[in-house]
Amino acid sequence: MAKLEIEIEEIGEVSVQEALSLGLTEGDLLRMYRKLVELRLFENRVEQLYLYEARIQGTAHLYTGEEAIAVGVARAIEGFGYIVSHHRGHGHALAMGIPPKEVMAELFGKETGVVKGLGGSMHVAIDPKRGALWASAIVGSGIPIAAGAALALRYRGERGVVVGFFSDGAANTGAFHEGLNLASFWKLPVIFACENNQWGMSMPARKSITCGRVAYRAAAYGMPGVIADGNDVLSVYKATKEAADRALRGEGPTLIEFITYRLKGHGVYDKATYRPKGEVEEWEKKDPLPRFEQKLIEAGITTEDRLKEVREEVAKEIEEAVKFAEESEVLEFDKLWEVVYA
Amino acid sequence: MSTGEERILTYAEAIREGLRQEMQRDESVVLMGEDIGAYGGAFKVTKGLLEEFGPERVRDTPISEIAIVGAAIGAAIMGLRPVAEIMYMDFLPIATEQLVIQAAKMRFSSGGKLRIPLVVRTQYSLGRAHAAQHSNFFPAWYMNVPGLKVVTPSTPYDAKGLIIGSIRDDNPVLFVECAVLYYGVKGPVPEEPYEIPLGVADVKREGSDVTIVAVSRMVHEALKAAEELEKKGISAEVIDPRTLNPLDRQTIVESVKKTGRAVVAADDCKTGGVTAELAATIVEGAFDYLDAPIVRVASPDMPIPFSPPLENRYMRWAKDIVEAVEGMV
Repeated sequence: MAKLEIEIEEIGEVSVQEALSLGLTEGDLLRMYRKLVELRLFENRVEQLYLYEARIQGTAHLYTGEEAIAVGVARAIEGFGYIVSHHRGHGHALAMGIPPKEVMAELFGKETGVVKGLGGSMHVAIDPKRGALWASAIVGSGIPIAAGAALALRYRGERGVVVGFFSDGAANTGAFHEGLNLASFWKLPVIFACENNQWGMSMPARKSITCGRVAYRAAAYGMPGVIADGNDVLSVYKATKEAADRALRGEGPTLIEFITYRLKGHGVYDKATYRPKGEVEEWEKKDPLPRFEQKLIEAGITTEDRLKEVREEVAKEIEEAVKFAEESEVLEFDKLWEVVYA
Repeated sequence: MSTGEERILTYAEAIREGLRQEMQRDESVVLMGEDIGAYGGAFKVTKGLLEEFGPERVRDTPISEIAIVGAAIGAAIMGLRPVAEIMYMDFLPIATEQLVIQAAKMRFSSGGKLRIPLVVRTQYSLGRAHAAQHSNFFPAWYMNVPGLKVVTPSTPYDAKGLIIGSIRDDNPVLFVECAVLYYGVKGPVPEEPYEIPLGVADVKREGSDVTIVAVSRMVHEALKAAEELEKKGISAEVIDPRTLNPLDRQTIVESVKKTGRAVVAADDCKTGGVTAELAATIVEGAFDYLDAPIVRVASPDMPIPFSPPLENRYMRWAKDIVEAVEGMV
């Protein structure tokens, strides 16, 4: 009988010491901490603006709890990487360096937003000059698009890599299958970054991923499958860096399954009562922010006081972003005609 | 068009020449699709291009329509000018989400930051006894998508100029060819590259009594009908919109203002089809000039039968247009 060999590399928690040996500096670690805080406080503020202040309309899919993935990936591909984002993309946008005020203005539907108020929450991570290529609000559809962007890099001989973000839910789409297979067939410099946050709206990943792990599926496409701790920013960094190095060496794509947890509901309005009792509390213990804080303090890189200052500085920045968004104008309707066609 | 020694090419050869010349001119033009390389394409349109340009530029893909269009979109975002081939228009719905919900919205939803210079080539095989899943022509689905252009060439001359125009266009373009025309139609095609801009209709024959607006294969049926009608003393003007989106409404409306009568003809089904949009265009723009109700010559609202005599009966021909005109003059 034919046998499929499945070898999965598991990258667990990475220590500060190991991170420093991987090329990160203490300054990098502090910047990454600041980014994690920015993503978290941004989402906290957005939740308030929607639910309690009713100052933003539509929907928003919060990234709360998953921040370590965007921040770790963005650092690992800094200077040569591109991303394709999705509907849960506030964190991707901020991690790629789009200013919080532009992201906030987008949520407010203002012309000063990342995409002039035409995209809203589900399309904030679009800024090609910062490497954010596109954000698909259709689950799974960004996967083959990421492969195609990588094809362009390889075709032109450019040193670069594309990260296609998607979720456990997207791993069950046809686009996932076709995109991964094509990327492997052409050995493209792309990283398929599955943010397994355990829930596809109300469908638990433990049921819908019928083979148990998304990463196992990599074997079916002849590419390495990696499982990393998506709640440890340094584990994310290490897994992404290894995959990026592989891509840059011309060895093709990697599928990384980042194990994480969606601490909030599917959208801001979703109270997520379908989750088993105690599950959220269990995952809160693995919250990526306190974990990283503790590591930094234990390694003697910073102090609790200094981190508190960072949190206060960032909170102020987020408040300025809200003010900026509030005070910005809405695009004139007639201007829309200018962007239907190039 | 050149006046001296005219070079005659088939419709397929004309498209191939357009593709080849754009690939020679611009290194960012890359082809991808099923069996387009060594096999030369299911209809041999890309024959010889693999040999000339190599496998990096003429890329055979697995049977993965979502990934073909998706990867072409990704490459286009990054500045390539990909031309993706979907073998039959019937296979396009598999990738329609990529084309319609992704590519067509990208410029808009990025606030103008993205440019998607993408061409998706496909063809419809009505008239080749390929039954209900290999014969469909449904351009109206795609005309309904702002952000996407739809091109339907009918002659070798137009096919070459429009494929070049589509590749040079900075927007996603759906380029719908017609399989019975590939080797069934020949015509003069200048050797030098030339571009036909999208959105400009062509008056294929001038006339004064009735306007026949026809699309793709039906342009040829309309021209045959016009010959017939001339023998009966009726002067028909034949207009080929050439691109369905943008649609050159002005040329159509001006013609109907002149003739006062209109027949609209296309190979898709009647309900919600191309002929509906053409008729509506005429009603909106030339209602007061109409001396008779517009007649639509379209396929019946049923799936396409296999049996050749049944398919032949299903299809619309010159005689249907002649009948329509005779009923209104």
